[in-house]
Amino acid sequence: MTEIVPATDPSFLDYAPAPESTSILHLKDSYGLFINGAFVPGHGTPFASISPATETHIAEIATATPADVDAAVAAARKAYQKTWSRLSGSDRGKYLFRIARLIQERARELAVAETLDNGKPIKESRDVDVPLVAAWFFYYAGWADKLDHAGLGANPQALGVAAQIIPWNFPLLMLAWKIAPALAAGNTVVLKPAETTSLTALLFAEIVQQAELPDGVVNIVTGAGETGAALVRHPDVNKVAFTGSTAVGREIAKAVAGTGKKVTLELGGKAANIVFDDAPIDQAIEGIVNGIFFNQGHVCCAGSRLLVQENIHDEVVDRLKARLATLRLGDPLDKNTDIGAINSREQLDRIRELSNVGEAEGAERWTAPCVIPETGFWFAPTIFDNVSTSSRIAREEIFGPVLSVLTFRTPAEAIAKANNTPYGLSAGIWSDKGSKILAVADKLRAGVIWANTFNRFDPASPFGGFKESGYGREGGRQGLAAYLRAAPTPTPPSPKVRISPYSERRKPGSPRTLTNGVAE
Amino acid sequence: MESPVSSHTVSSAAADAAVVLAPAERAVRILGGELTERSLRLHLEGLSGVDAVGLEQRAEALGTRSIKTTSKAWALDKIIGLIDLTTLEGADTPGKVRSLVAKGLTPDPSDPTTPRVAAVCVYGDMVPDAVAALGVAHGDPDDGMVSVAAVATAFPSGRASLRVKLADTADAVAAGADEIDMVIDRGAFLAGRYGQVFEQIVAVKEACRREDGSSASLKVILETGELNTYDNVRRASWLAILAGGDFIKTSTGKVAPAATLPVTLLMLEVVRDWNRLTGERIGVKPAGGIRTSKDAIKYLVTVAETVGEQWLQPHLFRFGASSLLNDVLLQRQKLTTGRYSGPDYVTLD
Amino acid sequence: MSRLAVPKTYKLYIGGAFPRSESGRSYEITTAKGAFLANAAQASRKDARDAVVAARNAQSGWSNATAYNRGQVLYRIAELLEGRHAQFVEEVRASEGVTAASAAAQVDEAIDTWVWYAGWADKYVQVAGSGNPVSGPYFNLSVPEPTGVVAIVAPQGASSLLGLVSVLAPALVSGNTVVVVADHAHPLSAISLAEVLATSDVPGGVVNILTGSPAEIAPWLASHADVNALDLTGAGALEWIELQIAAADTLKRVVEPEPGVPARSLDRILAFTETKTVWHTKALL
Repeated sequence: MTEIVPATDPSFLDYAPAPESTSILHLKDSYGLFINGAFVPGHGTPFASISPATETHIAEIATATPADVDAAVAAARKAYQKTWSRLSGSDRGKYLFRIARLIQERARELAVAETLDNGKPIKESRDVDVPLVAAWFFYYAGWADKLDHAGLGANPQALGVAAQIIPWNFPLLMLAWKIAPALAAGNTVVLKPAETTSLTALLFAEIVQQAELPDGVVNIVTGAGETGAALVRHPDVNKVAFTGSTAVGREIAKAVAGTGKKVTLELGGKAANIVFDDAPIDQAIEGIVNGIFFNQGHVCCAGSRLLVQENIHDEVVDRLKARLATLRLGDPLDKNTDIGAINSREQLDRIRELSNVGEAEGAERWTAPCVIPETGFWFAPTIFDNVSTSSRIAREEIFGPVLSVLTFRTPAEAIAKANNTPYGLSAGIWSDKGSKILAVADKLRAGVIWANTFNRFDPASPFGGFKESGYGREGGRQGLAAYLRAAPTPTPPSPKVRISPYSERRKPGSPRTLTNGVAE
Repeated sequence: MESPVSSHTVSSAAADAAVVLAPAERAVRILGGELTERSLRLHLEGLSGVDAVGLEQRAEALGTRSIKTTSKAWALDKIIGLIDLTTLEGADTPGKVRSLVAKGLTPDPSDPTTPRVAAVCVYGDMVPDAVAALGVAHGDPDDGMVSVAAVATAFPSGRASLRVKLADTADAVAAGADEIDMVIDRGAFLAGRYGQVFEQIVAVKEACRREDGSSASLKVILETGELNTYDNVRRASWLAILAGGDFIKTSTGKVAPAATLPVTLLMLEVVRDWNRLTGERIGVKPAGGIRTSKDAIKYLVTVAETVGEQWLQPHLFRFGASSLLNDVLLQRQKLTTGRYSGPDYVTLD
Repeated sequence: MSRLAVPKTYKLYIGGAFPRSESGRSYEITTAKGAFLANAAQASRKDARDAVVAARNAQSGWSNATAYNRGQVLYRIAELLEGRHAQFVEEVRASEGVTAASAAAQVDEAIDTWVWYAGWADKYVQVAGSGNPVSGPYFNLSVPEPTGVVAIVAPQGASSLLGLVSVLAPALVSGNTVVVVADHAHPLSAISLAEVLATSDVPGGVVNILTGSPAEIAPWLASHADVNALDLTGAGALEWIELQIAAADTLKRVVEPEPGVPARSLDRILAFTETKTVWHTKALL
């Protein structure tokens, strides 16, 4: 049984390059803001969007000044009053169905653009992001004429103009999470994509035009944090929806205090992925990999803390390392790439810094063997073993392909460690025992619990966090209700007949235990 | 040589538990002490469970690998060299077997660079015909020769006495079979009589021994379509390896579903775990239902990414297939000529 | 010279195919003023039997499709119907004797009805299901699921297309398969709708459409042991209490007759569902 692959042969596992062609894209050299149905120049200093995999220039993007934001909000307000709020739910739904179909038709183009601009592997943008984007619009399209079933009673009302700010990790998907329910509920929107990933939002603006959506219903303003701040603070905005860091979310919560604006915040996380010794082990390994290395770990709900039962720690870590050695890091446009580029130099610096801290704090660092390309921003999949609960890498969100491994001995300890964080977005549980899964899920303080799976998303399923991971839910009926308020109800007539309290009906002399329903 | 277990029927669990099993070398090494029905059962039932959703998702993900140009050319030739070209019909004749052998030796008469298949796989009574037809080309695929594999043990149902199964095996080996593809007793397995299944494999393994002390290679067919659940497939895979199987094989091809990618992935995971545990290398053979190059390449990817590329050799991985070969030849012609070929340009065996 | 038209042969729709009635019978369809329009197949009890077999065979595939997928498939029907808008307006106008504007309004409403019900496919479970706070260490969840094969008598006498769609769509949303007896007097748009279904993504056998006499066919469907629910919406003119009694033999779910075209409603979806409650223990130790 000798090796039959001669050394001169290229390894089969190298595969041959299988890059997705970018010829499908027809990008412009520069993009303006999308306000009132048209692309208009921004009045701030434009900035370049680059490909994080190659550091090459993709397009120039406009910066919206406060005046530009003002114009966008005014367009949204006008569209809300003149057209969108007057349309039937059925017609709003039809527009959203159109958008869903246009996304399905242009799926490949959108996937290539997303991968080029964001650095995520094409197989993820193609198989996860873009299909979910279409699904999100399809799902909420169906809600537009069924608002009475949103759970707020009959004839719920839209809020008005929604200010929406999204992050760079799932640019188009986060756009869909924000825009689809807002429009279905009857709101108009001004959306600001992240500075480093504006491209697909601007392609989406073209889709909005193709769908002949009334002008001003969707407005897209590009720029950095100042643009977002101007949008959030704008007095004519009725709803703020933000996905991003907890630090910025906290600022937003303070900024809108007292303004009556309704707020949804989808913030950071430090999810525990709990692996019990009765877990389906091979699937648990896949789940750990998917939990933290999906999208280079740029996932707010990433399973960044692996809590593994102590008696299987060595086996799990060994198997995990063996599995990570098969991950392919490189050109995100290659269909066989598992790990793409880090989205920006700034993010790469942060991941490096926290990893160095982890090492300095005494955790054992292991890095998957892979060749790092010369240009672009890259970070090889990394595991920190023997991490203590007090270590910074066990507490702070790294937002990169870095896994911290901790151990536990009993379910109670696993729960205590999992909950020992200011965050509460998600958690994973791996076990073959249903009663344990459900009991642990009960005790975890997190908004989404995955059992024997991880990082699953569906438009029908509400997503959002406990504690400092934010509030409000996106997805499902709850995600629709987040863009609605109950109809102002007339005061019901007071009842003619009043039911006497128990105490008044009791025989004289019997012990009085209740007065007006309250125990004495 | 009726074994004590094979003749037993359902009896009390306590009596079952105490039954002493044949001291198969691997099982003794791993399970330790005296090998009994109970120790085997405890081991198999203690294996980690399989989450079907996760397993199938992993298989699907492996199936999305995109294999192009040089890798594809390598893969196509590799697939041919891993095929057990098979005919298992009641209507088989010496002529049919000769035709099969000719196809296996010269898959594409228009292109002499086309590799030979690993083996031809026939019913036991056809082994002499296959051996005769191969002539000097009969031998180890590692040496560029073609082996003869015979299905045995009352294939495909396995419903016969152990005596008959052993005679079936010994006949095929005596006639020159290099490899024996046996079926396990699925009825006994599903009834929980693991010891009985184990003993039969041990006995068949013994029957694979030739007079000169060498041994035909033993492939153990689990018939995963009848075992039904992934947990059963994992247990049966361990059982077959512990009993001494050189290969674990998915299916007879006579039961649907035959080989699937998730089942093969699961069996490869067992083989990988066995290798981690002992350093030994066990072969895997998906059989039945793999008809296109595209599907076969998914299997190569799954092998390479689960147990490693070194498993892509005839002593560690085989495809049990018949129509797959011609599809690979069509793809091969496409790569060579740059245009799509048609079924008139490959030979029918 | 004007061109001589090629008229269409109208047949049944069973299992994704368009057979003639096994009985070989047909009946004349006329305009409101009595002029000949076409011959429609007159389905027999054996056609009804075949249709139930087809519906049963298609049931597990359709109900096991994801809710998202069912929603997309139903929406696709609306898309294709929109593309054949003019054909349906003409058919409805000719058969029912209504104005073109009225026929167009009916077709519009039929399309919008498909869209409305399509949207429910991945929502009705969330709206009608529940997590139940039982006392004790149990996870307890109730979800509706399809009942199985639904036999329907479509609204009779007017609004033939909209009437059919209004009873067909809600039964399909949750994953039931359907055998429907079309409007006896105006069956042409039903068979044209079958052509739309056959070229959309609806799997064969999910919808089976019979034309002919409801009075003749309905009793066989009502008493058929492999039918799970009976929608008598269009059976007001029949001996429908007898049908309901026949259905009681196998305790079919029955929707009683209703005049005119039934309004869109969640209730019609839920009428053909069964609520399943799952208990599961919860324990840390």
